[in-house]
Amino acid sequence: MNSDKQLLSKAKIVVVGNGMVGHHFVEEMAKNSDYQITVLSAESRLAYDRVHLSEYFGGKTAEDLAMTTPEHYEELGVTFKTNAKVTNIDKSAKVVTTESGDSFEYDKLILATGSYPFVPPIPGGDVEHSLVYRTIDDLEAIQASADVSKVGVVIGGGLLGLEAAKAVKELGLETHVVEFAPQLMGVQVDGGGGRLLKTKIEELGVQVHTSKATNEIVAGDKHRYKLCFSDGTELETDLILFSAGIRPYDNLAREFDLEIGARGGIVIDNQCQTSDVDIYAIGECALWNNFIFGLVAPGYAMAKVVAKHIGGEEAEFTGADMSTKLKLMGVEVGSIGDAHAKTEGSLTYTYENQPEGVYKKIVVSSDKKSLLGAVLIGDTSEYDTLLQYMLNAIELPESPEGLILPMAADKPTLGVDALPDTATICSCHNVTKGDIIAAIDCGAVDVGQVKSGTKAGSGCGGCAALVKSVADNEFEKRGVEVKKDICEHFAYSRKELFDIVSVEKIKTFDELLSSHGRGLGCEICKPVAASVLASVWNDYILKKPHLSLQDTNDTYLGNMQKDGTYSVVPRIAGGEITPDKLIVLGQVAKKYNLYTKITGGARVDLFGARVEQLPPIWKELVDAGFETGHAYGKSLRTVKSCVGSTWCRYGVQDSMTMAIDLENRYKGLRAPHKIKFGVSGCTRECAEAQGKDIGIIATENGWNLFVGGNGGMKPRHGDLFATDLDDETLVKYVDRILMFYVQTGDRLQRTSVWMDNLEGGLAYLQDVIMKDSLGITDALEEQMAAIVGSYQCEWKTTLEDPEALKRFQPFVNSDKSDSNIQFVTEREQIRPARGEEKIAVTFIPSVENDATEKEAVAEEA
Amino acid sequence: MTTTTNKTWRTICDSSDLVKDSGICALLVNEANEQKVEEQIAIFHLPNSEEKIYAVGNYDPIGKANVLYRGIVGCIADEPVVASPLYKQHFSLKTGRCLQEEQSIAVYDIRIENELVQVFY
Repeated sequence: MNSDKQLLSKAKIVVVGNGMVGHHFVEEMAKNSDYQITVLSAESRLAYDRVHLSEYFGGKTAEDLAMTTPEHYEELGVTFKTNAKVTNIDKSAKVVTTESGDSFEYDKLILATGSYPFVPPIPGGDVEHSLVYRTIDDLEAIQASADVSKVGVVIGGGLLGLEAAKAVKELGLETHVVEFAPQLMGVQVDGGGGRLLKTKIEELGVQVHTSKATNEIVAGDKHRYKLCFSDGTELETDLILFSAGIRPYDNLAREFDLEIGARGGIVIDNQCQTSDVDIYAIGECALWNNFIFGLVAPGYAMAKVVAKHIGGEEAEFTGADMSTKLKLMGVEVGSIGDAHAKTEGSLTYTYENQPEGVYKKIVVSSDKKSLLGAVLIGDTSEYDTLLQYMLNAIELPESPEGLILPMAADKPTLGVDALPDTATICSCHNVTKGDIIAAIDCGAVDVGQVKSGTKAGSGCGGCAALVKSVADNEFEKRGVEVKKDICEHFAYSRKELFDIVSVEKIKTFDELLSSHGRGLGCEICKPVAASVLASVWNDYILKKPHLSLQDTNDTYLGNMQKDGTYSVVPRIAGGEITPDKLIVLGQVAKKYNLYTKITGGARVDLFGARVEQLPPIWKELVDAGFETGHAYGKSLRTVKSCVGSTWCRYGVQDSMTMAIDLENRYKGLRAPHKIKFGVSGCTRECAEAQGKDIGIIATENGWNLFVGGNGGMKPRHGDLFATDLDDETLVKYVDRILMFYVQTGDRLQRTSVWMDNLEGGLAYLQDVIMKDSLGITDALEEQMAAIVGSYQCEWKTTLEDPEALKRFQPFVNSDKSDSNIQFVTEREQIRPARGEEKIAVTFIPSVENDATEKEAVAEEA
Repeated sequence: MTTTTNKTWRTICDSSDLVKDSGICALLVNEANEQKVEEQIAIFHLPNSEEKIYAVGNYDPIGKANVLYRGIVGCIADEPVVASPLYKQHFSLKTGRCLQEEQSIAVYDIRIENELVQVFY
């Protein structure tokens, strides 16, 4: 009862529509618990991400695209009704009524009804396979139609039309785009950019027809329909997709006498209030300053304004920047501000590189002091800088053309100091420079923490470099040295040490320490140096000068367990093993009484070997044809695989052979951290390749390559790096990626974190590896070839070296074993004895009267 | 500490058994008492450091295993240390003190005489 009372006393807010903007409003408003929110949605689904709609055909499901769930709304205390179309608004009684007759009282009513696709009234256009591209239901209809079609035409060559064309192309249809205007993306792009964009889109296999007005649609001869254009030409197609712009869903407002613009849209003021002060309108149904914003970001801004205004705070919507940067079918397109140079007296600078397909234009004020707009096609790398110039009215350098010329010797880069605190750095998450500074005030000590604290750079990632320079600049100002030193003995990062070792041809730690370090070294720099030396020279790691650098795991070529014993893990490439070899493993395990377990990487782990047992155990294994599995090293562990097309009914490639070949190719490679591979024989992905550093998934045409996946503490799916590769190209790319990681990765940095920290992210890595943007791919391949060519099984080499074997004798002056290593039996196998289970043998000298005495194993009884 | 009587310099091994910048392990058997008592010590050879050779208890009081001789040696702020191979805490080779936690290990007197490594126990 009490809660009912509270509900009664709360002000009631009713939100009509649950698109992205309506949902954003709910999230903003629900932060204030003084209000009872009710959402009425005419659709059957709660809010989903329409911006990424085309990914529905790339494998995303409706659940992936969902922005909320019934449970989430319940948690927020929000009441919601789907399939609840509002049909009546009683402004004086402040009640809305739905189609089914349910009534809801409101104190404030929010109209977030969005927009619908405009379908031009073309005679004969209202036929079965004539569709629009707006909702998930639309996509399902498109998919169904595509199944029985060969050719698809998109009518409309704007941003959404090209997105729709991408979807049609991905569904495997011959794809055409028909545009009434003489160019594509006429809103965002100028004539020159439009021409280049057309060429590039056509290169991708989509036919573009500009300056075409469709007069009527009739039955086709070869295909289902025929489009008849005003110039007398024709185009036959099976599927027609309209994407000719949007119209605001303003019928409710129209019907119940709210003010409507001449060309539609619910008129709102700066507080987003309609002509009735208790009714607000936000998003694509709202008309502000005679303008409808067809992007999501301004809609979000409106939602925030309304939530604040209702809560009694001052807030104002003052328009929004419509600049956009996106990738259309792989073509980079950027548009900033006044792209068409409509401002009086404005001047333009244009750069066009036809062979490479790049077009750049900037629009500047008549005094050449400020940037008004820009168009970038084919290369948007200057987008961030240009946008900051415009948004913050930063004075342009003397020769503004330098901003877009590729060869400009000293290209003016924007000093981050010049940016005001209000400058938006990450537009995906709306993070300003001030937010980044605040994060540092709150204790963030490196760029990684700034990113995780503010979410900056975690959307499209395009601003990563800018985020880093803003943060580094701030650290520098505060006197925080941006330190990359690996430890107190070397004032260098791992990458710098790598360069020093390669360039100066340094072969030992002592040389490195005396020339570039200080002191005696430590457990941090020594293994780093060992790893770098191994990566560059690939010497046997237990060679005298390297011996003392290794972690115990590398010294004893096994993983140390909590009681000081080691595990033994022979390589079982791809998880494929003959029965005979499996029997050998069983026999050895039995003979030495080792605890035996199958690992997650499809091999067998034998635990409980004392140091002195390691050589005889490995002798038996090596004699039987096994090699070390490097389970102890920061190096390639396993290549997990399914059986692939050899056995599996669904396999489309021989994943087993590929896995074994890759494992044998990269075994022994020393890296900043361990590396795992997965190879799946089909898209069912049984090898979980997307959770591996290098993931390979078979396709009908070859292999898809994923990079940077990880399980463990912070699971991450690998990024799709390249598709449909043949065997040779796949290996070439993996060679280059791994070697680049080995050279540039930080100490103990897995590929996932390495990817996240690469400035420029995936696109940058793709450029380096596939386009050779740094001119290093030949060198990377050579280095990898040298390492692959000089592989040796470390256990085999160790067994042949009496000097190395001395290390496996536990005492220099006795043949005894460590009596503190004791086992008990559990489930018919050994396990280390716990302290209270041990029998005292060894004396542990007590030191002063410290706490160890209590637990010292060997206090005399 | 009643385990040791008649402390004296006793030879452990040849100096050629030492491994530069690394550790070896020795078993001290004290037969002075009725019971035979074994002690494990870790011996480190750091030719570039001041004292060149160090001996400490081999038992890691934090990891609770006889492993310290397998740790990596080096220095932290000029103090020669060994890092436990189990959980990486540093123990001073001069004092036996753990730099990260309230723990200590025993320190032994050690010397090289006529190519022989000797410990006083």
